[in-house]
Amino acid sequence: MLYIDCPYCGKRAHEEFTYIGDATKKRPDGAEKNDPAWVDYVYTRDNPRGPHLELWHHGLGCREVVKVLRNILTHEILGAGRPADDIPLPETETKP
Amino acid sequence: MAEYSVFSLIKNALNGHKSWQRAWRDPEPKPSYDVVIVGGGGHGLATAFYLAKVHGIRNVAVLEKGWLGGGNTGRNTTIVRSNYMLDDNAHFYEKSMKLWENLSHELNFNVMFSQRGVLNLAHSDGQMDRFARRGNSMRLNGIDAELLDRKEVKRMVPYLNYSDEARFPIYGGLLQPRGGTARHDAVAWGLARGADRLGVDIIQNCEVTGFKRTGNRIEAVETSRGTIGCGKIGFAVAGNTGYLASKLGMKLPIESHVLQAFVSEPLKPLIDHVVTYGAGHFYLSQSDKGGLVFGGDLDMYNSYAQRGNMETIDHVMRGGIAMVPSLSRLRLLRHWGGVMDMSMDGSPIIGKSPIDNLYLNCGWCYGGFKATPGSGWVFAHTIAEDEPHPLNAGLRLDRFERGHILDEEATGPVPGHH
Amino acid sequence: MIRGKEQQPFRISEGGEIERTRPLAFSFDGKSYTGYEGDTLASALLANGVKLVGRSFKYHRPRGIYSAGPEEPNALVNLRSGGRQEPNTRATQIELFAGLEAKSQNRWPSLALDVMGVNDLASRFLFAGFYYKTFMGIPGWHFYEHFIRKAAGMGTAEHVSDPDLYDKMHGHADIVVVGAGPAGLAAALTAGRSGARVFLIDENDKPGGRLRSERETIDGKPAMDWAASTLAELEEMENVTLLRRATAFGYYDGDTIAVLERVSDHLPVPAPFQVRQRRWLIHAKKVLLATGSTERPLVFDGNDRPGVMLAGAARTYANRFAVRPGKHAVVFANNDDGYRTALDLAEAGIEVRGVIDPRTGGQGPLKEDVIAQGIDVVSGAIVVRTHGYLGLAGVDIADLATLQSGAMPETRYIPCDLLATGGGWSPNVHLYSHQSGKPVYDPAIAAFVPGESRMNDRSIGAARGRFSLGDCLADGYTAGQESAEALGFTTGAVADIPSTDEQATGPLKILWQVPALPGRKGRRFVDLQDDVTADDVKLAQSEGYVSVEHLKRYTTLGMGTDQGKTSNINGHGVLAEARGLDVSEVGTTTFRPPYTPVAIGAFAGREVGRHQNPVRRTPMHDWHLAHGAQMMEAGLWMRPQYYLGKDEPNSREAMFKAIERETLAVRNAGGISDVSTLGKIDIQGPDAAELLNRVYINGWKTLAVGKARYGVMLREDGVALDDGTTSRIGENHYYMTTTTAEAGPVMEHLELHLQVHWPDLDVKVASVSDEWAAMAIAGPNSRAILQDLFPQLDLSNEGFPFMGVREAKLGTFPARIFRISFSGELAYEIAVPAGYGEAAWERCLAVGESHGLVPYGLEALNILRIEKGHVTVAEIDGRVSAADLGFGKMMSSKKRFVGDALSTREGMDDPGRPTLVGLTPVDGTTRIRAGSILVEDPKAPPPVPKLGHVSSTAPISPNVGHPISIGLLKDGPNRIGDTVWAVFPLKGEAVQVKVTSPNVFDVEGARLHG
Repeated sequence: MLYIDCPYCGKRAHEEFTYIGDATKKRPDGAEKNDPAWVDYVYTRDNPRGPHLELWHHGLGCREVVKVLRNILTHEILGAGRPADDIPLPETETKP
Repeated sequence: MAEYSVFSLIKNALNGHKSWQRAWRDPEPKPSYDVVIVGGGGHGLATAFYLAKVHGIRNVAVLEKGWLGGGNTGRNTTIVRSNYMLDDNAHFYEKSMKLWENLSHELNFNVMFSQRGVLNLAHSDGQMDRFARRGNSMRLNGIDAELLDRKEVKRMVPYLNYSDEARFPIYGGLLQPRGGTARHDAVAWGLARGADRLGVDIIQNCEVTGFKRTGNRIEAVETSRGTIGCGKIGFAVAGNTGYLASKLGMKLPIESHVLQAFVSEPLKPLIDHVVTYGAGHFYLSQSDKGGLVFGGDLDMYNSYAQRGNMETIDHVMRGGIAMVPSLSRLRLLRHWGGVMDMSMDGSPIIGKSPIDNLYLNCGWCYGGFKATPGSGWVFAHTIAEDEPHPLNAGLRLDRFERGHILDEEATGPVPGHH
Repeated sequence: MIRGKEQQPFRISEGGEIERTRPLAFSFDGKSYTGYEGDTLASALLANGVKLVGRSFKYHRPRGIYSAGPEEPNALVNLRSGGRQEPNTRATQIELFAGLEAKSQNRWPSLALDVMGVNDLASRFLFAGFYYKTFMGIPGWHFYEHFIRKAAGMGTAEHVSDPDLYDKMHGHADIVVVGAGPAGLAAALTAGRSGARVFLIDENDKPGGRLRSERETIDGKPAMDWAASTLAELEEMENVTLLRRATAFGYYDGDTIAVLERVSDHLPVPAPFQVRQRRWLIHAKKVLLATGSTERPLVFDGNDRPGVMLAGAARTYANRFAVRPGKHAVVFANNDDGYRTALDLAEAGIEVRGVIDPRTGGQGPLKEDVIAQGIDVVSGAIVVRTHGYLGLAGVDIADLATLQSGAMPETRYIPCDLLATGGGWSPNVHLYSHQSGKPVYDPAIAAFVPGESRMNDRSIGAARGRFSLGDCLADGYTAGQESAEALGFTTGAVADIPSTDEQATGPLKILWQVPALPGRKGRRFVDLQDDVTADDVKLAQSEGYVSVEHLKRYTTLGMGTDQGKTSNINGHGVLAEARGLDVSEVGTTTFRPPYTPVAIGAFAGREVGRHQNPVRRTPMHDWHLAHGAQMMEAGLWMRPQYYLGKDEPNSREAMFKAIERETLAVRNAGGISDVSTLGKIDIQGPDAAELLNRVYINGWKTLAVGKARYGVMLREDGVALDDGTTSRIGENHYYMTTTTAEAGPVMEHLELHLQVHWPDLDVKVASVSDEWAAMAIAGPNSRAILQDLFPQLDLSNEGFPFMGVREAKLGTFPARIFRISFSGELAYEIAVPAGYGEAAWERCLAVGESHGLVPYGLEALNILRIEKGHVTVAEIDGRVSAADLGFGKMMSSKKRFVGDALSTREGMDDPGRPTLVGLTPVDGTTRIRAGSILVEDPKAPPPVPKLGHVSSTAPISPNVGHPISIGLLKDGPNRIGDTVWAVFPLKGEAVQVKVTSPNVFDVEGARLHG
């Protein structure tokens, strides 16, 4: 079970959420229709083997989209916030 | 090297198994090769095998970071089928199916290819219509397919849930009789032995750590066993393609996701076909050793970890019992995870890359195992000829920007949904 | 009980944990026996002198009871019968209950005489990997496979339904302690005293772990006294939950421990309304793994015969179950446990005929105790061979040094029926490994111990290689206290760690395989269940399968139901020796969950049968059922397919009659259908129109209050997502409808864009699908019916035009009325709050009766919409663009909308793409099946070029008079009037069809606007 600290509801199990995907993709609003930014936005992914900013939709909770920083190699959740929030990488990843 | 046969078996049995040789050599890497294949899974090994066999290119190395077949080749549920609707997929997978049908003979290694039939169940009129469309397309492409109604399904697989208690009744199914299973590890070993016998160097415990580039070419790969020069280089590292590509500054239409697989305790023959549930995601077969082998959906979040979580496990088991109620009392022996290259349209990418001498074989989603020989065959052609074979022309990387999407599941650019 | 004693010749008259006052009758392979409460099936069988219990996987060798726990490789039985049958069940973990029935497995016709035993004679041909080297020729693998499969497998299962229930529970803990042996009990005690919420999980019927099997003391008293008082204190603590008969089988992310609690498996059947098993997910802050250790076998010639048993198991049977596992014993161990075993067996009244110790020195003081008892101790010696077939008759021992020098040693035969053997203990690192923990090799104990923790776990006691009781207690007391303190609990002073009286032990001698006598071809089993021998391991190594994973997969080492609990380390040791490496260099395979096999039903819980998924019902559901509706699944929803008349029996003919009746009623009078399943989204805010403008392909800024508009949405990739109408209810208030299937995805689509991409838009969306019941009234009489329902409304074309929206009272119910039509008829949709749904529906029908209003189901609805060429999910299938569906002109060029950019890619924008058309059989009568493929030439050989497909079809169209279909055809608009073929090779059918407009009924729309 992954535990996501929803900024509106508190810590919740990931089964309450629907995974949306990469949070670093900014919709290129206003870009010309033939701008390659659209293909990049819809299809191209960094897919890093490590910390990954991603969006989860709290569908069985507040129905808000939550931004999560998660190490996708270990599944460790490193932070969570609202979509517009900056979620910095913790300086140390040591456990309590 | 000695052929495997009944005679060699008897001879060795009588001499205490003294004259079996190594299945493949364990060479030191040479300074450079005409072609370097990164990834010693089924696809990489098949590519090397067909490069040597079909194209006469034998100065080839396969670099494997761990042990051969240790990625998804040895982690999948071993289903082989070519029941695709879209032409570009159908022709490619059917080529693979034809190669499977002769693979044990071709490799002189029994990969236990068992054409026991793959049956997809339908649970609504709409699903039956979609299966009809797929089955008809298959038949027009020269691929075997049969549409079964409920009674015919019941005759073939009487142990499914036909009772009024079934939440989603069975309307019928689409059967590919030539579909089936194969022994996954044997595929890697047989291909390794076959490639090795043609002169290919198979180098295990050799992790690629970087690349030496000149202009738009890769001159050499840096590995945990030194720098190895390459004329051409092919990636066959599904699950980790995105990671390797990032070392070249390349971004791909791929996300890595974890898919879990399951096996039960060994049982006497119970399930004779491959059967898939249509009102959820569940697929089931029985291995020759007796374990029921099954799987379902992805865990639905990006992951490079080769393990999953309980929510998905529960979901899979629920689908299993819905399809075959008698599974309830049988026991799960083991479950594990593999990392999938989930492409953005659910279809693989085989072709050239933006780098001159780099070729990509990736994006296999759930379906890489069945493609193994076909993938190697067309990838070898693509590398040897520096252009895709007509069979993989539709699988090229630029189909996304060109809008020629191959979305078999029709679920859009959401990798988890394919 | 005298009777019980007579029947249990190997039962010791005193001691043990069994209840001699409660005898239990049971049967094995049809023969009746008696045991006692407190027995396992294994101990009861041994008490009765039954030693032959199973047959091995490959060679069908006779096998007995090898262990006393979850590691059992041999004694697998088929427990119970009928729907409760459980193949492959470990006799060592089955608690005896009255009337227990068990059968042996993998034998025919009987356990003693198994025909497949010939495999044993042919074993030289059935070596590791033999099947990869043959069966390649004609007639092919699928032929041979049939026979191989029958020979393989273990237990037999049948397709019968499980009558029992399973539960799922969640637990929330500060500290989870796995295992209630000395370390676990101690840890739970100090953690529990701090007030922390503790879960203590133990797989046995009662706590104590290894203490139950040994004759040790704590603070000068029997160790189980300490366990009992500790347990009593724990049971008093409200913050401590003890789960008995509960196996922690998996360690998942977030420090989630999965546990299987066997609630009723120790009973003949579960009590009424009680579950069989309960699957827990326990969410922990800290996890203490006190999972103990497993004894390793020694690998020698004939080490698999019934009567060869792990030394620790022999002590368990003697001490805990008061059973003599033999009469005359030899002990063979590479460590001081051999002496402990000899002492315990002697105490149990077994004649110990020798302790064979390959070591020549360094033994602890226990050796002297053994010698003092007059037991023969042979140092520097090994067992080189066993004798017997269905059971052990004796062993040959020889001098190890002589053998290792290559010379042929003298052997000495010792007759015995029990050989207790042990190669040292391996920590149970399974749970630790589940979370990608990497065990490290500890040469001092010749085993892998937990390495660095990746989660909030800490292994204690034997689980980390601290085997002495004193160490286990110290580890437990300390870890419980420290873990509680780390979580902020106060524990006060350090607890006094009780004292123990153990003897010191000498170091063990690593002996991965015991050398065989020169020239002898005997088999030394590494993996007893899957029949993997030391020679198989060496063969695999010589063929290049040198990775431990290759070894496992090539030889099947560790692939049995025991998952290699007793075999892995020895196999890896033999491999390491063959490769000339240290075990630490060859590594170990990854342990996978579950620790022991778990019933699949326990993962499904109650979500089986009808409860697999929720059923969604509309507010009018009961009315439909009461009025002849034949219901069908539509995703999770149940919807009326058609309505039968009163007392009309269902049949294919009746169905077609009903569909025709309903279709004609709508076109000629009036019909009402339940459209509550459509998705409904309430949209409010000053930027509502802007949102609609961005998500629909057409423009929304000009929509007036009181009007509805049809819209189509795309995904970002330009593929059609959904269609539906959205109405402007007020200045900043809109009501959107979606298709039934896409209600959820559209809602998420809006939420994602609003919250992430366009947070600046001042608009809110809320799903109101379940808040509104909706019904469509369609047909030429619908206006008259509406007028009767809403006498207050002006329903004239001017007063309430097509695409108009009104709010009005239906009697006393608030209602929204939309003049929209899916059937092409003059039609209205009425939405009322869900609670009024059924009443409103009944009122419509009551009022409409005089106008000929009848309910119609999905089938009629489908025909009506196909006649008009309206699309559904059959056409919006996830691959088509708006233009493919004929909506190209709707795509506004004056604004930007989701999906506009990628719609312009060459592959999406190609005018040659298949486009929506109507299809009519040229002969006017032949039905066209949905799923047919459109081709030019029905006789062309494969691969046949495809022009498109038939997406929806009406086998009858009473209004048009012939079968009709719609589909997508390449270059469709330019092919109107052409003929092509709709082929259905799955049934060998081909129908010549004429291409038409998709709209073939009332093409001008006179009815709609009437």
